[in-house]
Amino acid sequence: MMEKDNDKILSEVTTGEYKYGFYSNIEMDRIPKGLSEEVVRLISFKKNEPEWLLDFRLKSYRHWLTMKMPTWPNLRIPPINYQDIIFYAAPKERKNLKSVDDIDPELRKTFDKLGIPLEEQKHLAGVAVDAVIDSVSIKTTFKETLAEMGIIFCSFSDAVKEYPDLVKRYMGSVVPYTDNFFATLNSAVFSDGSFCYIPKGVRCPMELSTYFRINSANTGQFERTLLIADEESYVSYLEGCTAPSRDENQLHAAIVEIVAEKNAEVKYSTVQNWYPGDKEGKGGVFNFVTKRGMCKGENSKISWTQIETGSAITWKYPSCILRGDNSTGEFYSVAVTNNHQQADTGTKMTHIGKNTKSTVVSKGISAGYGQNSYRGLVKVLKNATNARNYSQCDSLLLGDKCGAHTFPYLEVDNSTSIVEHEATTSKIGEDQIFYCNQRGISTEDAIGLIVNGYAREVINKLPMEFAVEAQKLLQISLEGSVG
Amino acid sequence: MLIINNLKASIGGKSILKGISLEVKPGEIHAIMGPNGSGKSTLAAVLAGREFVEVTEGTVTYFGKNLLEMAAEDRAKEGIFLGFQYPIEIPGVSMVNFMKTAVNEHRKHKGLDPLSASDFLKLMRDKKELVEIDSKLANRSVNEGFSGGEKKKNEIFQMAMLDPKLAILDETDSGLDIDALRIVANGVNKLKHPDNSFIVITHYQRLLDYIIPDVVHVLYDGRIVKTAGKELALELEEKGYDWIKKEIENNVEA
Repeated sequence: MMEKDNDKILSEVTTGEYKYGFYSNIEMDRIPKGLSEEVVRLISFKKNEPEWLLDFRLKSYRHWLTMKMPTWPNLRIPPINYQDIIFYAAPKERKNLKSVDDIDPELRKTFDKLGIPLEEQKHLAGVAVDAVIDSVSIKTTFKETLAEMGIIFCSFSDAVKEYPDLVKRYMGSVVPYTDNFFATLNSAVFSDGSFCYIPKGVRCPMELSTYFRINSANTGQFERTLLIADEESYVSYLEGCTAPSRDENQLHAAIVEIVAEKNAEVKYSTVQNWYPGDKEGKGGVFNFVTKRGMCKGENSKISWTQIETGSAITWKYPSCILRGDNSTGEFYSVAVTNNHQQADTGTKMTHIGKNTKSTVVSKGISAGYGQNSYRGLVKVLKNATNARNYSQCDSLLLGDKCGAHTFPYLEVDNSTSIVEHEATTSKIGEDQIFYCNQRGISTEDAIGLIVNGYAREVINKLPMEFAVEAQKLLQISLEGSVG
Repeated sequence: MLIINNLKASIGGKSILKGISLEVKPGEIHAIMGPNGSGKSTLAAVLAGREFVEVTEGTVTYFGKNLLEMAAEDRAKEGIFLGFQYPIEIPGVSMVNFMKTAVNEHRKHKGLDPLSASDFLKLMRDKKELVEIDSKLANRSVNEGFSGGEKKKNEIFQMAMLDPKLAILDETDSGLDIDALRIVANGVNKLKHPDNSFIVITHYQRLLDYIIPDVVHVLYDGRIVKTAGKELALELEEKGYDWIKKEIENNVEA
């Protein structure tokens, strides 16, 4: 009887609505559906790209044709028809986009509605935003302010035109075009994304962020972010994403590459809220993303923090290659799967340099029929003397129809290394909820409190402004889900 | 304020409470004593609104309302507080956040605005002093890693924060050393005023050296078998529960 009541309340609480499911009627330039060498050429042509980039795309496309979609993730992915996807969609360009006033009002409204105003004066103090809709970047705020310090923050397309040497040098250096099925696809058809370069010795004075929005139907989003922190520099970067509610699935296959040179530090935070599909599991975004950072120089540090509440299926492993001696990699993750959402997510920490250190804290939360897998690899190479890793993966179950799975992999080739792994699985207890009830806290608020408490260690790693947002998001994602 | 009439309840089909009647008036302290398994904690659970206890018969009226129809959180906001025999740990949720949520829910229920952060912290400080609780506890997660005594003191602290009309303390004294017992009892005595009432559930008499009850009930096999003044507690201490058992058996035979 206890169980039954619990389940009833659980099923009642898991009914939160997706807030960002609206669609904006923006005049778009779309290419026909389907994928071929011509399409790859067309994308490159539309973007007016140099020869070397077209070559990179074609090389990737040809390689992709030889690849098969991996089947190892613990996910049930329906077949994807690549001929049924539009690979490039951009809001129709207005000529001479000089100020915010020149941006299509419909577009501005869209970002206002998402809480991402494009006017600098209206924006959150201390955050610069690159706003990307479907295939292109609309506007990057605070570009000039940052430029005074030598910081480059612009769309990927602009970077190709204005800083081709930097792009050529670093693009594909962390995630090669042959890396994996979706990364290779991205390398062939990527449309836009953000580019960021922090010069030597500069501490970026504000949060940099990219806001990704899928708007068009039947469109895939394939963006690419490249972030370079030169010696002794620091940057904190945040990405957010939403999409309209649609019955069909939409593919999002992105690449994020980070390079940290000597003594540099990069903090990369993600609040992922792509449309998760409806309660029956219809629709939603397939989020198949490759994110990797290279701690290239000594004492460099890359830290990933992710709050994953959206997407029908999430497949991503933000990773660190710890090449520089004394470098540090961190991965803090909260992944929520509710209703019929599936996630197979985790990290790879590859220790190459001496005295390298990595920390992994993964918190999975499953509700409804959600399936949540942690998959993590810790690899210590032969020369990585005194490498140190600590991994902790916790799973929290809300209800008895959801699942949590853990797949840790260890490959240690150096006997001086210390690798620790801890894992726990718990259920939100009826006792905990009753304890809150007895203090006057409703079941729904109690779940919010308990889940946020559970995820606190990770949320605390987010920049302040976003920690509050993330907390709310967690609560909304699980609304209607426990008792 | 509280009238229990012929209350019968069972857990998983097993009958535990077999007809309890009891009235608590404002300002009274009632002690409920009895051997293990007599139904003391089940009674507390019914009053607080635990769903696994099934009420099969009888009524409970609280300030004129049917208590059994109210959700647990509404009972709490109407002033019923349960001090748990085994307080629950909630990892990651700080006492400050937990209490702030609870206090503001109570305020909302009364039509009051939420407390400002500074007013809330002041309230916490005052109540911590009142119940002599270590201020470090407030910075930790709810009951996580607390010793048995700390957990019980934390219950009293929460009671002080929420200022209930009717507090039910379920074996708050069990597992306490004499110092902790004194702190818990002092807390209760300081929080006592003419309008609020306490139901103190205890196995042993020693708590009643510090908290002087107006009425003592003895619960045995799901029924209140004896009700008297505070001297009953001392008699029980002296003679043990066997004396009551014998008396009942004699009555049955007679």
